[in-house]
Amino acid sequence: MDMAHFLDVLWLARWPILKGIGVTLSISFLAICCGTVLGVFVGLALTYSKAPLRWIVRGYTDFIRGTPVLVLVLASYYVLGTVGLDLGPFQAGILALAVFCSSHVGEIVRGALQAIPKGQTEAAKAIGLTFPQTFAYVLGPQALRQVVPAWVNTAAEMVKASTLLSIIGVAELLLRTQELISRTFMSLEFYFFAGFLYFIINYAIERLGRYVERKIMVPS
Amino acid sequence: MSENLLEIRGLHKSYGNVEVLKGVDCTMKQGDVVSIIGSSGSGKTTMLRCINMLEEFQGGSISIDGEEIGYEMAGAQRRRKREKEIARQRALTGMAFQQFNLFPHMSAVGNVMLGLVKVKKMEKDAARTVSEKWLDRVGLLSRADHFPGQLSGGQQQRVAIARAIAMNPRLMLFDEVTSALDPELVNEVLQVIKSLAQDGMSMLLVTHEMRFAYEVSNRVIFMNQGLIGEEGNPRDMFHKPKSERLAEFLKTSSFA
Repeated sequence: MDMAHFLDVLWLARWPILKGIGVTLSISFLAICCGTVLGVFVGLALTYSKAPLRWIVRGYTDFIRGTPVLVLVLASYYVLGTVGLDLGPFQAGILALAVFCSSHVGEIVRGALQAIPKGQTEAAKAIGLTFPQTFAYVLGPQALRQVVPAWVNTAAEMVKASTLLSIIGVAELLLRTQELISRTFMSLEFYFFAGFLYFIINYAIERLGRYVERKIMVPS
Repeated sequence: MSENLLEIRGLHKSYGNVEVLKGVDCTMKQGDVVSIIGSSGSGKTTMLRCINMLEEFQGGSISIDGEEIGYEMAGAQRRRKREKEIARQRALTGMAFQQFNLFPHMSAVGNVMLGLVKVKKMEKDAARTVSEKWLDRVGLLSRADHFPGQLSGGQQQRVAIARAIAMNPRLMLFDEVTSALDPELVNEVLQVIKSLAQDGMSMLLVTHEMRFAYEVSNRVIFMNQGLIGEEGNPRDMFHKPKSERLAEFLKTSSFA
């Protein structure tokens, strides 16, 4: 492997790669944000809602979690079109990832809420807090501390899952890399380089998670 | 309306098919300190928890200062009051739990302040002043900024008592507050309760500390199988029990 030659090619390919990184970051960011917001509601419904709604949401999470992300991506792009919801590859991809993300976040939130001892709710009730207040000041903040580590893990999964959008033609980092390889035949170098970039992104997310964990840690 | 602070009439409570309370009647006046004793499963804790609606009950009524707790009649139909109304009524009583149940993510003073700020809608500064006054009262002002995880069990329980009492409840409910404590920490909590009793706070205590019940209360209730087995002043109850069941219970308890 000729390092100098690779660096030359890399320099020439800098714009497509940067654009690819930009697309990967925006897909991941949007999917994680939408998925997390939706997931919090899923988690609340799984924990607190009454029978008919809870069954529906339980069915939703079980179904989504049991389906490969790639299938969700393909379905969202090809199948939604047949029922009149014609999304571009970018939107369809984000929809699929956000839905996938929401089912995982939902389970994380449910687990965190159910791990809080019943006495916490009772103590909150006993001083006269209503349920929304109990959630906002007592249960939510405690659940948050449980959620962060698992959520970081899910966020990193979403960044990795964003590569699947290359299948439906979204020009994210992996697809850009493959295009470069088909022009330069430097598959080893470019795959390795792309892998390295994904690692950097996920490492940054993990550090951010650690930082937040430390910030909200309860002294003991 | 009656002059009674607490009035319980024919209280019935079941868990499924198991009837835990089988028609309990009990009244308390302002300033009364009443201890409930009895073997486990006799319904002491359940009765206490019905008073602030931590448990639903199927029959009878509970009122505080003449105000009916938890349920109302709509025609002939008995129905649960609205959640907001129940939340307000819960603040009429303060409760201390066996497991303290302090909020672990808040400092001691934060625990005491929460209800003052969110329920009583006090300004933060005022709430902090009140909270510090009560923490001082339970001897923990110097620990105001410590978190529950940094406090001993006895200290946590005292913060929990301060948290309940800072809300200025009409009646304090103590649910076996020393049962989860190491023996050497029991006394500091009992001292706090005793000094509150001396200040004229009305309280209802479920306790296994017979000596303490004897010393602090002006009336003792012995619960037996979901009913009040016997009640009276502590001297008579402990020294001249009328019923066989109470005599037996006292023999097996730590009272000597």
